[in-house]
Amino acid sequence: MDIWSIVIETSIKIFVVVNVLLLTVSYSVYFERKISAWAQNRIGPNRVGWLGLLQPFADVFKLLLKEDIVPDKSNKAIHALAPFLALFVAFSTYAVIPIGPEMTLFGYTFSLVVADVGIGILYVLAMTSLGVYAITFAGWSSGSKYSLLGGIRSAAQMISYEVSMGFSIAGVIMFSESLNMNVIVQSQAGWMWNAILQPIGFITFVVAAFAETNRMPFDLPEAEPELVGGYHTEYSSMKFAGFFLAEYANMAIASALIVTLYLGGWQNPLVDIFGITGITATLMQIGAFLVKVLALLFFFIWVRWSLPRFRYDQLMDLGWKVMFPLSLINIVWVAALIMIFNL
Amino acid sequence: MIEQYIPIFMVMVFAIIFGLGVIFASKIFGPNRPNKFKLMPYESGKDPVGDARERMSIKYYLVAMLFIIFDIEVIFVYPWGVEFKKLFADFGILAFTPMLVFLIVLELGFLYIYVKGGLKWD
Amino acid sequence: MNLEILLFSVFALVSAVSAVMTITRKTPVISAIFLILNFFSLAGLYLLLNAQFIAVVQVIVYAGAIMVLFLFVIMLLNSAAESKIFSDNRVIQYFAVFIAVFVFAQLAYLIFFQHPGEVINPQLAESIKAGTIENIGRQLYTEYLIPFEIAGFLLLAATIGAMVIAKKKFE
Repeated sequence: MDIWSIVIETSIKIFVVVNVLLLTVSYSVYFERKISAWAQNRIGPNRVGWLGLLQPFADVFKLLLKEDIVPDKSNKAIHALAPFLALFVAFSTYAVIPIGPEMTLFGYTFSLVVADVGIGILYVLAMTSLGVYAITFAGWSSGSKYSLLGGIRSAAQMISYEVSMGFSIAGVIMFSESLNMNVIVQSQAGWMWNAILQPIGFITFVVAAFAETNRMPFDLPEAEPELVGGYHTEYSSMKFAGFFLAEYANMAIASALIVTLYLGGWQNPLVDIFGITGITATLMQIGAFLVKVLALLFFFIWVRWSLPRFRYDQLMDLGWKVMFPLSLINIVWVAALIMIFNL
Repeated sequence: MIEQYIPIFMVMVFAIIFGLGVIFASKIFGPNRPNKFKLMPYESGKDPVGDARERMSIKYYLVAMLFIIFDIEVIFVYPWGVEFKKLFADFGILAFTPMLVFLIVLELGFLYIYVKGGLKWD
Repeated sequence: MNLEILLFSVFALVSAVSAVMTITRKTPVISAIFLILNFFSLAGLYLLLNAQFIAVVQVIVYAGAIMVLFLFVIMLLNSAAESKIFSDNRVIQYFAVFIAVFVFAQLAYLIFFQHPGEVINPQLAESIKAGTIENIGRQLYTEYLIPFEIAGFLLLAATIGAMVIAKKKFE
């Protein structure tokens, strides 16, 4: 295949995926507010458009027209770099996540993943490890005490949970024998989902995903009662919107990752049972992927409005003394499964 | 081989353009009327006290050092994990023992830090 | 134009410029940012040499882990201590110049007299296969098993060392 056809094909894929991602982000913000309202017996946003459905767009326009305040004591260049980095990480991680199998349309076959690379899952890990910088830079450059405390806490939290996240992934690739995301999905054919075969790894990965995305119960870096806004206290206008966007995009990507690694990705059990083939099967598989991701997004929001926040020492204890040993036990467990049952 | 990675480079270039666009959008559309009080660091309405950049607890450094060590350990586990089924087919249980030894050796260090109280937050 | 040459030019330019910026900036945090950029572009260069696994490990370990510690140390110094790190110590300055000359001479010798380019397998397929994680796993856990276990003990020493250094500050 020559280079220009790759470039055109990728451009179309990026356009589609980014639009879907932005739409998901807008409406997960909307549903976060709606679900929190239901959880607290309120009504929630209902003024802009039918049932308040245009609320996300109103929010974006409001932030766009606000003044961009850069505090005097801040380091101006790094202050602007931090939200840029957050967006860069959030909008380049999706590249390796497959949303469906190969698809043939008008006699042209293409894979439903932006970049089908051999190092797949390691690319995601590399990108997440850069996400720490956005938060540390934001905290340090603002020149405010709340920002610094929030930034440094968050950085320590993220690197602590990255370790157990890394070890959990090791269990997945032992089954799939590859780092390629499509191969990982195919290795979970039928009901051989990793969540069922290695429940310990599934739990440690989900907990680490919550911690990495700074979601409740791990949203210490922005614990309002003590730290005001945490690392983004001194951000306003579109720079704040950048952090906000990146946070929800990371949540969507984390859900997609959990689905791909542990919940069978685009595998749809109905397709196997009824022996459906062709374009219908592909569409059903894409649908299955989206349904799973949306269910997990709901789970993220549900947890946020149901659980109280951890204390910082509890958070670090959970990361190092519980999740880290558990993720190691998971590796031994998977090795035992392979050696005893030849899975 | 490098053709495989063109999409990744394209995604990154797009992410850079998108990020820059968002950062500069409010410079273009938003007003710009700064004053002295607006540009003060936020401290719940009072005048800020002292310098924001205080020195931090040594524990944060310890966590960062531990992270480096265990991150390198994870990197050693991946090549073994990918190859494990084939190694097991060739060498049997001997494919598992080297990694078990490696993990136990590193967990000794982890236990040492645990016992010495390096992971205690207060 | 050849794609490989184009990408090589981009990555080589970025890594060279960011390396110069790292040592010329006055603020240590800005230097650290350019160092991260430098590691990133080096990963791109590894990718062009078909070393996929090394490329991604470069980002995870160097840009993602080691630089976090660097930044923790730099960021949490107060501004007065920050400017003193490099400028006040004569011995460190002489030592730095010595190291720079030594490494330069070593690299020049390697490039001009040892021809490292000839070591690379000219067969494209072979070269790609050598850089995959499967091949590295196979080699590491059969032929290089002893060095691997020794690396484990080295990391153990680092763990204990980190604790011993930090322990003094606890009391």
